[in-house]
Amino acid sequence: MMQDQPSPDAILAAVAAWLRDTAADALPAHARFEAKVAAGAVELVRRQIGAEPSEGEEARMLSALVGATGGLDALTVRLCAQIENGETDLSTPGLSDLLIATTLNKIDIDQPEFSAATRLRALAQRRRGLP
Amino acid sequence: MIAARDILHPQTALQNGLARLVSTLDPAAQGIKGLRRLSGGASQETWSFRVNGGQGRQLILRREPAAARSGGSGIGMAAEAQVIKRVLAAGVPAPQIEHELTPDDGIGAGFVMARIEGEALPHRILRDEAYAPARAKFARQAGEILARIHQSDPTGLPIPVQSPREVLDDLAGRHRAFGAARPVFSLALRWLAQHAPEPRAPKLMHGDFRMGNLMLGSDGICGVLDWELAHIGDPMADMGWLCMESWRFGNADPVGGLGHREDLFAGYEAAGGDPVDPATVRWWEILSALRWGVIIEEMAAWVREGTDTSVERHVIARRASETEAILLLHLLEGAA
Repeated sequence: MMQDQPSPDAILAAVAAWLRDTAADALPAHARFEAKVAAGAVELVRRQIGAEPSEGEEARMLSALVGATGGLDALTVRLCAQIENGETDLSTPGLSDLLIATTLNKIDIDQPEFSAATRLRALAQRRRGLP
Repeated sequence: MIAARDILHPQTALQNGLARLVSTLDPAAQGIKGLRRLSGGASQETWSFRVNGGQGRQLILRREPAAARSGGSGIGMAAEAQVIKRVLAAGVPAPQIEHELTPDDGIGAGFVMARIEGEALPHRILRDEAYAPARAKFARQAGEILARIHQSDPTGLPIPVQSPREVLDDLAGRHRAFGAARPVFSLALRWLAQHAPEPRAPKLMHGDFRMGNLMLGSDGICGVLDWELAHIGDPMADMGWLCMESWRFGNADPVGGLGHREDLFAGYEAAGGDPVDPATVRWWEILSALRWGVIIEEMAAWVREGTDTSVERHVIARRASETEAILLLHLLEGAA
């Protein structure tokens, strides 16, 4: 059954704004800091709820790279083992693209404004031949 | 004897414990006032309070949290107090230790120290007009202070000695024990192992010398805090940690977001530090991103195990991706 409005995104946006703009000002110093952190946590969850699922594409790239099928966790463990024994490195076709894509998928939710996220996005663009 | 109300109201217990204690520091004291928990400090608690009556001094309590936690731990409060006394003797700006807690004090393990007037919050230091003069000389002054720390006498201090290889092996083990499989960390561990510097003359190191642990006044660094990760090792490591991208708080300049590596190195050598090898500092900077990533993995374990249920820890546990981005950029394109 279709749920009524407002959407989870709209509700979380209201909660984050209340934490940051109302609750924080009404609290003593340490709790004020925590209220701002809590607002950031709600924003992170909002971004994750709103993100396109990326696991399917990630599993496809990983499978091709390690030459096996399986769940995302098992494939990642296998890739790490191949890196640690020197079988796979950044000269292996597909590894750089996979790591750039998976790292951006994470940091775009965790901390999209972090300085290295901006630089990594620019690197991904250049590799795609975009200005 | 712990009263039932002390369990229900831990802050009351602390208030009462400190009130008893201050009368030994200042005979004219009549209890304390203004007890409040300070922000910051992931693994130790920090509390601020004022002595009521007497000299009315502002003091800081630093103590261990009650619950034990997974992963790399600090040197312990008693060792930390010894390190602080040693660096004070070498002219490093650090808080004077006023009293080391004993079991009789009944408020845990830790120490009471003098409060240094200044600002440690990175966002204020990096943006407020009041700190503009301090910002201008920050990199050079950080180098001078690090040189003094590294020239302190480490004889007999009960703290670990670690070569670059031992630091790297320790990180690899902690990542395996507490983290998930991360291809970027695996690549970084391999790169670091292949490029590890030769051991050099080991020195007393702060171990967590970065924006957030440095107290600044308007005319510069006036206090170096949080000595719980002090150890004896390669002196280039403290400079690499200070330059790591996570401690630039969005600014571009590499030294704490405020200055240039050349000024840091010049200040270090001018104050008697050993000649700086920029490539070794850079190796430590890369290791530092991995080290922060492994610390985040350990904090995520605290959340999993329920030993830290704070919102702040939940959010920090999601910051390993920032270290993956830093490391991946380094591996793909080199220096930032």
